[in-house]
Amino acid sequence: MSKPSNDPNMMSTLRQEDTAPAAKSWKRFFLRGPWEMLATIIIALGVVMLMQPYVMWAYTYSFITTLVGTVMFIIVSHFPEEV
Amino acid sequence: MTQTTMDRAAKATPVRVARRIRGLSDRAIAWIFVAPTIFLLLAINIFPLIWTIRLSFTNYKANRAGREIKEIGLRNYERILTDSDIWLNMQATAHFLVWTIVLQVLIGFTLAWLINRKFKGNDLWTTIIVLPMMLSPAVVGNFWKFLYQPQIGLFNYIVAFFTGREPSSFEMLGSVELAPWAIVIVDTWMWTPFVMLICLAGLRSIPDYIYEAAEIDRASPIRQFFTITIPMVLPFLMLAVLFRGIENFKMFDLVVQLTGGGPGSTTELTSINLKREAFEKWRTGYASAYAIILFVTVFGLASIYVKALNRVKER
Repeated sequence: MSKPSNDPNMMSTLRQEDTAPAAKSWKRFFLRGPWEMLATIIIALGVVMLMQPYVMWAYTYSFITTLVGTVMFIIVSHFPEEV
Repeated sequence: MTQTTMDRAAKATPVRVARRIRGLSDRAIAWIFVAPTIFLLLAINIFPLIWTIRLSFTNYKANRAGREIKEIGLRNYERILTDSDIWLNMQATAHFLVWTIVLQVLIGFTLAWLINRKFKGNDLWTTIIVLPMMLSPAVVGNFWKFLYQPQIGLFNYIVAFFTGREPSSFEMLGSVELAPWAIVIVDTWMWTPFVMLICLAGLRSIPDYIYEAAEIDRASPIRQFFTITIPMVLPFLMLAVLFRGIENFKMFDLVVQLTGGGPGSTTELTSINLKREAFEKWRTGYASAYAIILFVTVFGLASIYVKALNRVKER
């Protein structure tokens, strides 16, 4: 009967392999492309809300929308492009 | 022995300076060179921006410097974002923005497409078309004011010739309905060449072999236009749209020269309104909040612009 290996290097490699897919999926979640696109849409929505002639409440909340989009754009532009 | 430029520069450096520089690391020397620029940037750009943000939360008036400054929180922002007059100014800006961009893109792209076809006098026509862009907005505003004159203006006579109306029967700059279109026409006349140049760069970047391959596949000219030309020029067009959008959002000089924001406040764009609040009514705190709102909007548009620019660079 073979004994289970107690080699610490092998154990750490196994542990890395266990955690790798989870870390990869998190990294994939924080990819720049889709987040940047979302920020761009929010900015564009804010600008449209600011200049539309139909509803006052959209004009009132346009600034906060643009601000959120812009801050989001600055943050997400530091996300990695690929995993 | 031949001397290199570096040797000559080393010899020309005064001994005391050379001794001092020798003791510095490369990083320190780099900082010495960059420091003046950083200092100027902080003093001219960053500090005023931070100061404006601070003032936007106060009731400060620049013409009453001795008065106590009160912190009023977000009240300035609240007032601006619930003011129906400023909303109307935003709509006037939107009208100006949308129509100038639509017309400039359509005319600019058409001109670029025509200029891109090789014909005699191609370069001369390009130069003539580009001329309006090189003029000062103050000059353009002034001479279009003459062109729009109801009695002697050439524009009125041309419109009268085609429509059969009396030249003095309508006033481009004095009418509430026509004044917004008058500023759109002038801006389109002035800045279409800019859009044309960007489109021309896009059209000239399309390799000929793509069209040759399409011809071998027996694609019709219309098919080639919609499946090769348009998609390949689209990033350039987007760039032109964003660039003109940001520029026209800040438009001031041309419109002030033409209409001064009138009649009434029909052509009072946000930048003109902002100037009035800041330097005619002297509501500095309020104008600061107004400026921050416009700044965030332009900054947001600029972020999209940078993204589009990067995409064009990747191509």
